[in-house]
Amino acid sequence: MNAQMAEPRKGVSPRLHWSRVLIYIVLTIFAVLYLMPVYVLLITGMKSFAEVSLSRMWALPSGLHFHSFVKAWTGGIAAEGFGELARFGGLGKNFINSVYLAVPATLISAMIGSINGYVLAKWRFRGSEVLFPLLLFGMFIPYQSILIPLMQTLNRMGLYGSIPGLIFVHVVYGIPITTLIFRNYYASVPTELVEAARIDGANIFGIYRHVLFPLSAPGFVVVLIWQFTSIWNDFLFAVTVIGNPEVQPITVALNNLAGSLIVEWNVQMAGALLAALPTLLVYIFLGRYFMSGLMAGSLKG
Amino acid sequence: MRHVNWERIVSVLLLAPSAIASAIFVYGFIGFTGFASLTKWNQLVPDFTLVGLGNYRGLFVHPRFQIDLRNTVVFTVLFLLSCLALGFLLAVLLDQRIRGEGVFRSIYLFPMAISLIVTGVVWRWLLNPGTPEGGSTGVNLLLESIGLGFLKWGWFTDPTVLYIRPESGIGQLLHRVGLGMFTSPNFGMSVAMVSVVLAATWQMSGYTMALYLAGLRSIPDELREAARVDGASELQILRHIIVPLLKPITLSAVIILGHISLKIYDLVVAMTGPGIGFSTDVPAYFMWETTFEGNRFARGASIATILLLMVAILIVPYLVSSTRREAQI
Repeated sequence: MNAQMAEPRKGVSPRLHWSRVLIYIVLTIFAVLYLMPVYVLLITGMKSFAEVSLSRMWALPSGLHFHSFVKAWTGGIAAEGFGELARFGGLGKNFINSVYLAVPATLISAMIGSINGYVLAKWRFRGSEVLFPLLLFGMFIPYQSILIPLMQTLNRMGLYGSIPGLIFVHVVYGIPITTLIFRNYYASVPTELVEAARIDGANIFGIYRHVLFPLSAPGFVVVLIWQFTSIWNDFLFAVTVIGNPEVQPITVALNNLAGSLIVEWNVQMAGALLAALPTLLVYIFLGRYFMSGLMAGSLKG
Repeated sequence: MRHVNWERIVSVLLLAPSAIASAIFVYGFIGFTGFASLTKWNQLVPDFTLVGLGNYRGLFVHPRFQIDLRNTVVFTVLFLLSCLALGFLLAVLLDQRIRGEGVFRSIYLFPMAISLIVTGVVWRWLLNPGTPEGGSTGVNLLLESIGLGFLKWGWFTDPTVLYIRPESGIGQLLHRVGLGMFTSPNFGMSVAMVSVVLAATWQMSGYTMALYLAGLRSIPDELREAARVDGASELQILRHIIVPLLKPITLSAVIILGHISLKIYDLVVAMTGPGIGFSTDVPAYFMWETTFEGNRFARGASIATILLLMVAILIVPYLVSSTRREAQI
């Protein structure tokens, strides 16, 4: 398939050749435009404060300075001459908070999605066809429409303002997408395998443990990546559920950092890069699976 | 296949926690929000005295909410058009057996993996117009240095609202045919919104590219070959064969991107805030501020309910038809 794709078309006329050059030029221009913000992010983050003159914002830094990253991570005095008034907290602890949030929440919602998907794909019962779209609706709602009672409920459960509370929220509102991805994935596993296991005497748990679960790796990778990315990047739940800056995930802390006008641009950009790094790395190394999650989100399986 | 009875019960029990959670946390909570929107709860202490649709009436005459609705419509239309056009263009170009297609595809798609907060912070820096004294910055500086200085402007700091002036020719015509209401800034467009659209398009256009590319790949080559044999030009093939076949994909892209743009919040928070004269304010922003900073819970609940209704109109028919189609297979 790939080899065939690489072959030039038959009967390519010289005029068509020029149009191909044009296509490459257009694609490259767009690639440069898409990468431009990353370029600015990188070079600004690597500049020293003395270098971040606005008139040279597109120019390369004089050398590789990583102290903006250190400052963004540990915090410090934002602007010279303002003393303690300009002290800001680093994003390091918030980065760790996001790890403590995203990793357990991702694992738990993947497990739940796997079991739901298994039942909905292989143990359909009367009403399960109605239940499925009702579950899915939860992933499209504007979360503003549940925030007020959510805050009160978390308060009453003693979970308000804490990472476990936020984990709980992400697990609950992650049910639709994780269930959808696993249901579609398990639906593609041949029912003959399930039948054969039944003949061998396996029950509903045995079939999951010995047949479906061992085949689940690709489904888990898609769901884990999808959930990790959405939970890491979430802002709305985080800013609503957690007020204490010490406990906030990195997106909220970055927004506060960028909102305070005294923090230098190079530190802001370094902070933005820190916040983007984990999901970017996931994308770079596992982009293929990221795509599958993306497509599932549009209900295309 | 026939199952032993206890396994049937177990299968239902396995789904029960998720079903109950969604009954409470999705449907129950929506119901509560809808109820709260009908009450007098516009201070910190709950007051569930019913006031009917009073909060909604108050919102629709509230200048800020009128601006928000206008901004949402402007944002949704511009964002959809730019994502669809750009995504389609890139997909068609990438479908021409391009060397290094994977690299291009990854570059167009990577912004999807980034938080909207990061996107907002970076684009606020890029589109920062600079000052007359300090000189241009960001994209304005770049435009200046490549000789396109005439293109620079205030980006998200420009409070201008474009609308049909009542005294203009079109305005007078509209008045004459009884459509005078359209000659108000409420039916205009705040130009600052363009900056938010730009950042959002940077983030999401890769998604439409991916959708269209998948669609193009599913069109059998024989169809194009047959048209070529009949003497159709590449453009004719695109217009009369490819575009009609991609209609279902355009529809899902419109629905998915449309519901995202109705809910847009993070990007506005990180990039512009409500802006000068609410030039970049959106309902989701107003909702959060009035609820959690102003403690006007009933009004916040009304905005949330309006948002939900707008999203539901878009999503529910889509959800029903795609799950039904699947069930038939």
